[in-house]
Amino acid sequence: MKILLSLAVAAAISLSAASPASAASKIEAIVSPGGIKAWLVREPSVPMVALDFAFTGGANADPAGKPGVANMVSSMLDEGAGDLNAQTFQERMEEKAIEIGFTAARDQFRGSLRSLSENLDEAVTLLRLALTVPRFDAEAVERIRSQLLAELSRSSTNPNEIANRRFWATAFPDHPYGRPSKGTPETVSTITADDLKTYVKSVFAREQLTVGIVGDLSAEAAGKLIDRVFGDLPGKPTLAPVPGRAIQGLGERIVINLDVPQTVINFGGPGVARDDSDFMAAYIVNHIYGAGTHTSRLYNEVREKRGLAYSIRSTLYWMDSANVIVGGTATRSDRAGETLSIIDTEMKRIAAEGPTQDELDKAKAYLKGSYALSYDTSSKIAGQLVQIQLDKLGMDYPERRSAMIDAVTLADAKRVAKRLLDTKSLTVVVGRAQGLNKTN
Amino acid sequence: MLIRAFLILALCGLLAAPASRDAAAATAVAQFTLANGMTVVVIPDRRTPVVTHMLWYRVGAADEPPGKSGIAHFLEHLMFKGTAKNPAGRFSQQLAAIGGQENAFTSNDYTGYYQRTSREHLGTLMEFEADRMTGLVLTDDIIASERNVILEERNQRIENEPSARLSEQMGAAQYLNHPYHKPTIGWRHEMETLDRTDALDFYKRFYEPDNAVLVVAGDVTPEEVKTLAEKTYGKLARHGAIGERKRPQEPPQIAERRVTFADLRVTQPSLQRSYLVPSFTTAERDDAYALDVLAHVLGGGSNSWLFRALVMEQRLATNVGAWYQGTSLDASRFGLYGTPASGVALEKLEAAIDTVIASFLDKGPAVEEVERSKARMIADYVYAQDNQSQLARMYGAALTTGQTVADMQARPDRIRAITAEQVRDAARRFLDKRRSVTGYLVKDGQREEKKS
Repeated sequence: MKILLSLAVAAAISLSAASPASAASKIEAIVSPGGIKAWLVREPSVPMVALDFAFTGGANADPAGKPGVANMVSSMLDEGAGDLNAQTFQERMEEKAIEIGFTAARDQFRGSLRSLSENLDEAVTLLRLALTVPRFDAEAVERIRSQLLAELSRSSTNPNEIANRRFWATAFPDHPYGRPSKGTPETVSTITADDLKTYVKSVFAREQLTVGIVGDLSAEAAGKLIDRVFGDLPGKPTLAPVPGRAIQGLGERIVINLDVPQTVINFGGPGVARDDSDFMAAYIVNHIYGAGTHTSRLYNEVREKRGLAYSIRSTLYWMDSANVIVGGTATRSDRAGETLSIIDTEMKRIAAEGPTQDELDKAKAYLKGSYALSYDTSSKIAGQLVQIQLDKLGMDYPERRSAMIDAVTLADAKRVAKRLLDTKSLTVVVGRAQGLNKTN
Repeated sequence: MLIRAFLILALCGLLAAPASRDAAAATAVAQFTLANGMTVVVIPDRRTPVVTHMLWYRVGAADEPPGKSGIAHFLEHLMFKGTAKNPAGRFSQQLAAIGGQENAFTSNDYTGYYQRTSREHLGTLMEFEADRMTGLVLTDDIIASERNVILEERNQRIENEPSARLSEQMGAAQYLNHPYHKPTIGWRHEMETLDRTDALDFYKRFYEPDNAVLVVAGDVTPEEVKTLAEKTYGKLARHGAIGERKRPQEPPQIAERRVTFADLRVTQPSLQRSYLVPSFTTAERDDAYALDVLAHVLGGGSNSWLFRALVMEQRLATNVGAWYQGTSLDASRFGLYGTPASGVALEKLEAAIDTVIASFLDKGPAVEEVERSKARMIADYVYAQDNQSQLARMYGAALTTGQTVADMQARPDRIRAITAEQVRDAARRFLDKRRSVTGYLVKDGQREEKKS
């Protein structure tokens, strides 16, 4: 059979290092009859299918003067396609309990489909229509525009939104990463149906498409499904190159006064690329510094010991064209200066001394042991299949990951702590912060 | 001890598919009781070698003594502060060292603690969780510091969010007599006074095996769970002093109530309304299921009556919808919300909502609309089979609000049985403005201009 012959099924491997015996969790690399690559995990015990995918482009592919186009496209694709107007499209999704969702991330336009196995045919039809022949009817465009404008208006006085926007705008001026992904009231007001169509035409293409599927279906069925959804798309996307960029604004502290009871603080600096040989060490160091829930140094110093905040956390962001570490907290305003001092002190301390052997051992144990928890639902697995491909880590990454973590020595962790955190930060403070001085 | 096995037949009926798939798709949920009265529910999910371990207490904000609002939630935080046997931080650190994740939550009716780890650590989780059911140690220093944390949590969740502050005022307006009128996190002035004695009194009164429900979901068998639970939780004695769980009940609401909250930061006005209605636990006959379907048909997504009329056709709103809080030990709420389109006054949007409701009460929903909504709602129970944490949460919430495993499992069938007439009938009886609170969120200093 022709279809079978054209399916390249690579060796299946165990998905989770913690679960070599888990027969259900096997990644297969498949190529559809039409030549589209995807990763598949067959999961027969729940009668549903989860499909995740990503087109390179995302909000980066917005026209330079019109941020918000990709975000608007993500809200418009299920508002009518092919012969179906918005109402009919929505009715057909609901009748068969089909869930289709889109998001405009910075580097990728992402989508997901969730369907009961028995309704998969209809689900595939609707997703294909949404991606290949979206209508962007005037009625729907205006309706969605007014929703987006209402959201922008609501968030314009939200301290988290204000801090986040200012942080990225300052960190990446004159670069797509500095633009607000959801646009501004001015840009969203001027986006036309043609802008939306142009975006779809230039971004939705078979090349630079990443697909992950989980469900009760064979490799052959998965290949056919992929061709039905994506097969009619053009081959190559038209994407303007996004230049690599280092984070700007280091050493700056921006204070925005806003009459709110609690002060929001965002802080960050340069990160580490996903393919950098120091990445895993940096990931572990950040876990110890600010990412570990209930265990990180920032959590202990700011929340546990002093009760200055309910939440505090730092995160590594590895992107296609820049890498950053960004932290955030919301702290009592009368002691905001103290919170900033502690963040600064902890950053300098870990940069100078690195983590202890005990912290390193515990962080490694956590990161290894908790990995299986990222694979306990079909949707989570589909998301992992896409992310591992985007990160170019290889199908055997889930197997290799534990050894990669174990290979990080204390000397590595100390060296990388210095590399990652011996730097000035960009800090944005929104609220009625008190106790700020020049040194913190 | 008897382990009763239930089959989730919901799956089978829903799919209306060949019988062959039914057995494979069904999940066997087991329930049993330990000698000390602790309820245990086991939800096997053998796909990935992980477990979700959740310990629920049948106590929440509505069980707090007067003047101590927030103590249920404060105690939830304090439960992470260590015991005589396991000093502060040991549980969290050991859990982290085995790659476990943890958290806790408090509602009006329940308080829950959960951990997720790979399957072989289940016994360890039970040892720690059983230990802190009776062994909590608190100092005044810990109290002072953690009280600051909950005050910041209140700032983050409520004070910094104008719409959350309106919701808080509406809850207080809806319940005259029932303690549901308090915010779960507490009123700030009372939170500031909560001390060590308040926390320990509450703890000693409500935290005991007879008042707990253990839910374990994941790669386990009921027999394994039973053996481990008997070795850990089973060793704890019940004090049996809690007594019946009876809170002051709400009188029938006979007058419409209105609340306006004005804040300088409101750039986008909005409105909310809630009606006092029965819950899954308090409802007679099928009323709760009819209300559940009503929320979906009237305001669940873009095919609903409200959305089509007000967002798609009349363009008076950018968003509008409905919700029903069915999971509740005592009388609950059915809600509506709307964001007006630019230039539309809240009064005009409210009047338009009332017109849609009047039309709904008159004509009632079409059979196809009800069938479509039911299919969507029932499918959610199938999707839930893919997520062991979600399943554990559904069962835990049901069992701590007066429902049983059998009630939970019957839900898809009971939804399926609801007719269009029942939905209209429920709307006629419960969407009565005299049972409602309507809330406006407006910008301070410039009350809504009537532009229409």
